[in-house]
Amino acid sequence: MMKTTAFITAGTLALGWSSTLIAADGYITLASTTSTENSGLFGAIIPAFTEESGIEVRVVAVGTGQAFEIARRGDADSLLVHDTVGEEQFVADGYATQRLDVMYNDFVIVGPSDDPADISESETVSDAMQRIAESESPFASRGDDSGTHRAELRLWEDAGVTPQGGWYRELGSGMGPTLNTAAGMNAYSFTDRATWVAFENPQDLKLLFEGDEALFNQYGSLLLSEEQHPHLKHALAAQWHEWLVSEQGQQAIADFEVAGEQLFFPNAE
Amino acid sequence: MPINDNAFSTALSLILSMDSALISIVMLSLQVSLMAVLIASLLALPLGAALALWHFPGRNAVIVALNALMGLPPVVAGLCVYLLLSRAGPLGEWGLLFSPTAMVIAQVILVLPIIAALTRQQIEALHSEYAEQLNSLGLSRQRMIPTLLWDARFALLTVILAGFGRASAEVGAVMIVGGNIDGVTRVMTTSIVLETSKGNLPMALGLGIILLALVTMINAIAHMIGETAKRRLG
Repeated sequence: MMKTTAFITAGTLALGWSSTLIAADGYITLASTTSTENSGLFGAIIPAFTEESGIEVRVVAVGTGQAFEIARRGDADSLLVHDTVGEEQFVADGYATQRLDVMYNDFVIVGPSDDPADISESETVSDAMQRIAESESPFASRGDDSGTHRAELRLWEDAGVTPQGGWYRELGSGMGPTLNTAAGMNAYSFTDRATWVAFENPQDLKLLFEGDEALFNQYGSLLLSEEQHPHLKHALAAQWHEWLVSEQGQQAIADFEVAGEQLFFPNAE
Repeated sequence: MPINDNAFSTALSLILSMDSALISIVMLSLQVSLMAVLIASLLALPLGAALALWHFPGRNAVIVALNALMGLPPVVAGLCVYLLLSRAGPLGEWGLLFSPTAMVIAQVILVLPIIAALTRQQIEALHSEYAEQLNSLGLSRQRMIPTLLWDARFALLTVILAGFGRASAEVGAVMIVGGNIDGVTRVMTTSIVLETSKGNLPMALGLGIILLALVTMINAIAHMIGETAKRRLG
């Protein structure tokens, strides 16, 4: 008896969602980074695009490394990430046919408010990172092959530091979890500004270093190859790709603010 | 959504506001997990019973494998389903990745071993108790299965609830195969992960409290139905 009741309930519930699945026809799946989703950017700009085009955009927000992998396997119609070197490689490998600059923001270094490594006095990011390494202050790294992690590793290299030892902690998690952990152990961390500004659990962490040109963080949109994956919704994805760099798209990005602060700066050519 | 520092008041104000986004997330969580438990039960109950009654070479290996799979990490199940359903995978043609259906498939894989292994144990105990009677009735083993399952129904209700607990609590599998897409595949557990990653801990814990309350409610309903049926049917 009770099993029958439970089964009927489950069956009824299951029918509920099949109808919503059928309704969603004109949609694309966008693989993108956690910084764009977690900061609320997509929530702000996608409705404008959907209203204009009638196309729904479903965002799968993961690290840049995983986003590339999803697109490589043909599981996303469109790709918006922030690793210019990786993106150009992706085009060269034939997985995408076009890469366009969409917007930028910057990376910042956050850390304990008493700043034991004195990085707030640094002139350059290389100097700031050397100070962290020399003082062996705890540093929480993404360690997840994301765009931010790749940028961090390039900066260590530029600073001539091999990050290793007890002070350098590779977490293997997304930006938010990394900031949570950094806050918990009062460590320095390298983050994109958007995630930092929208982050609500900073505890004793403060923004300590910003403004070096090397901290530039470019986001690019990729038009995926029709040849590699003919089943993808290329026509719809192309509309999204073009809208991002159009006047309306760029304006929508510029208009997005968190706590009165603009987080992404459109720079399509 | 309202935000403040206390998880309990966050949970309460979320419930009271009847936020439509929250309701759809709750509904999807229930749909996915109940559907997964339904499918897994339909397969695992007869499977577990059959395993209790039939003796064949390698039976012990199957039992050990089922028991071990009860501890299958959700993220591994998710990864397997991801590779299976990915466009580059063998079932890519179906285009099921990042859909609720994919989430159900992953959860079936997680729940099935639990229900099958525990059913096997229950039915085996029951069978050794009633073996003589059943044999004197001249029932074939195939015919014994429904009889034994029906007789063990109250114990099996708990088994099914254990499966439901696994499904409603896991996040690793649905995150990978669902993608946590807002309004499409976002469920309670993936929302909790998302809010945690935003540093919005009161909201994350508030959602956790709501999830716990829901699971408690479903368990209470199942318990009540079980008790009532027990009293009526003796």
